[in-house]
Amino acid sequence: MTDKILTVRMDAHPSDSHTLSRYLDTGGYEALTKALNDMSKEDIIEEVKASNLRGRGGAGFPMGVKWGFLAPAEPRYLVVNCDESEPGTFNDRQLTERDPHQLLEGIIISSYALGVSHAFVYIRGEYPKSARRLQRAVEEAYDAGYLGQDIRGTEFSLDVTLHLGGGAYICGEETALLNSLEGRRGEPRLKPPFPAVEGLYAKPTIVNNVESISNVPWIMTNGGTAYAAIGPERSAGTKMLSISGHIARPGNHEIVMGMTWRELIFDIGGGIPDGKALKAWIPGGASAPWFVPDEHLDTIVSIDDVAANGSMIGAGAVVVMDETTNVVAAAHRIVRFFAHESCGQCTPCREGTSWLEAVLKRILDGNGRPEDIDLMLDISDNISPGLKWPPAMTTICPLGPSTVSPITSITRWFRPELEAMIAGSEGPVG
Amino acid sequence: MMSVISHWSLENQERARSILASYPVKRSALMPLLYVASLEHEYASLEAMCEVAELIDITPVQVQSVATFYTMFKREKIGDYLISVCTSISCHLNGADEVLAAVEEASGVASGETTDDGSVSVEHVECIGACGGAPAVQVNYELIEGITLDKAEALIDWLRDTKPTVLLADEMQQLFGGQRSFDWGSTEPQGATRPVPAFGPYGSTNGSARGGR
Repeated sequence: MTDKILTVRMDAHPSDSHTLSRYLDTGGYEALTKALNDMSKEDIIEEVKASNLRGRGGAGFPMGVKWGFLAPAEPRYLVVNCDESEPGTFNDRQLTERDPHQLLEGIIISSYALGVSHAFVYIRGEYPKSARRLQRAVEEAYDAGYLGQDIRGTEFSLDVTLHLGGGAYICGEETALLNSLEGRRGEPRLKPPFPAVEGLYAKPTIVNNVESISNVPWIMTNGGTAYAAIGPERSAGTKMLSISGHIARPGNHEIVMGMTWRELIFDIGGGIPDGKALKAWIPGGASAPWFVPDEHLDTIVSIDDVAANGSMIGAGAVVVMDETTNVVAAAHRIVRFFAHESCGQCTPCREGTSWLEAVLKRILDGNGRPEDIDLMLDISDNISPGLKWPPAMTTICPLGPSTVSPITSITRWFRPELEAMIAGSEGPVG
Repeated sequence: MMSVISHWSLENQERARSILASYPVKRSALMPLLYVASLEHEYASLEAMCEVAELIDITPVQVQSVATFYTMFKREKIGDYLISVCTSISCHLNGADEVLAAVEEASGVASGETTDDGSVSVEHVECIGACGGAPAVQVNYELIEGITLDKAEALIDWLRDTKPTVLLADEMQQLFGGQRSFDWGSTEPQGATRPVPAFGPYGSTNGSARGGR
């Protein structure tokens, strides 16, 4: 049974897994040759559909279904989202630094299938090494005839342009990314129209995450059915989980979903350092509601099981907090992030995130008021009515509702701690 | 159109041409060109923004509107070395606030400020994707993971004493780093020459690493 797909080469060949020569030595670009010579475009799309691969960028939408929405107009574009910015996430960084050709081969196969002749990779500006490694891979691929005109003797031509962002989390949202790539402020667009119909330059565009596209070569070689057979039925394939915080073995772990959180944190992650107890963890990045040991250690690590328990796997960022963690300070840190990264278009998000930050700050500073818990929940309810999961939206994109996650988490699981902090405070000032 | 940048270095003029040729719609070149212009003018100055506007045929105010949206375009002169201390959640849980305080103490300036001699700027930033190696900092966007308070101070001294012209992440990681998010693999030959992300097509690395494997 396959348990690793994406990290096999970099683990076996740590010194040169990023080079074309090593890539070719380890079966690289054979999937492209197969796709170009033996498969129709429809065959490739069918294999991706059969894989049941759900997008790895956070939303978990089936990649093959997304591809199926691509409108027939020309030209069409493929845009790869390497704007990995969700706090706690660093798996795309490893995939691009350590195995850039794997991503590039996925881009070339996907572009061929989708009728794309110009693909873009939007790389966050804080990842210059990813950009350099991808740039060298692109140059190698042009030199070797995997990119450019008439690839490998076919009539298929493709150019790939790498584009660096400027330090804005919101550009990970696909329509904000497209605006940014068009040389505009990274403000999300109203949907519909969806990018598959009107995306980059208002042309049909597929936006896929780095990890999603990096799986495409394996799927072509081994078949979509083989990919679908890995892991739980609706969480097929492997997933790169970034584990950080208070954990003995932080890092990216490529896993097959279906284990429990207990196994993930204590076996794969090595447990909590220094013999401390686990207090809480975030199963899927700063946007996700938190899990706690009494409730969730035996929950299954899968997209659907986590969703059924009111949170999400997201882009795969697991942030672990031990018993010493001041959860109010941790929540404040996350809310501050969203307040800083709000693009400012939608009033509930622009105003709500800043007010939540301010209220949490005054509680932390010892100036909390008895009504502050209700106040924070009220502000949250104005951002995302009903405080449900998945969150109701009053905003163009999910950034605003994401800010609510740490608020509902600490008020639900750590209310006594929050109340004690407020009660111990000096009361209202002014 | 290109005459507006005739005072740029020939290399950067060529880079601008190449960037413009990479996009079907020239406005897409705005951010890449602003990075190159930031090298020419030391930062994203008003003049730099006006030149980029002319290159892509939009108004200077449109460029300014974009530049102000993104934190990495510096609209004031900053130091030769930009120290970015991550204070987001995973770094926060691993002592990032203390690292920031140590960097501020050693450099003598608070977050958001530049030393009088123009050598060092300090900022605290949101998540830089180094959570497995928290706490992490970047110098001119080159990464150091698993930094300690002592090493943070030593980093500032090292920058001031040796005044490196190229910042190489592997070298800095060796000198000042600790726990990494993952095995970095082989040494990366290119690094940053300025507080602009080090990327060959934008001209901000130590030359081309083409074939240098």
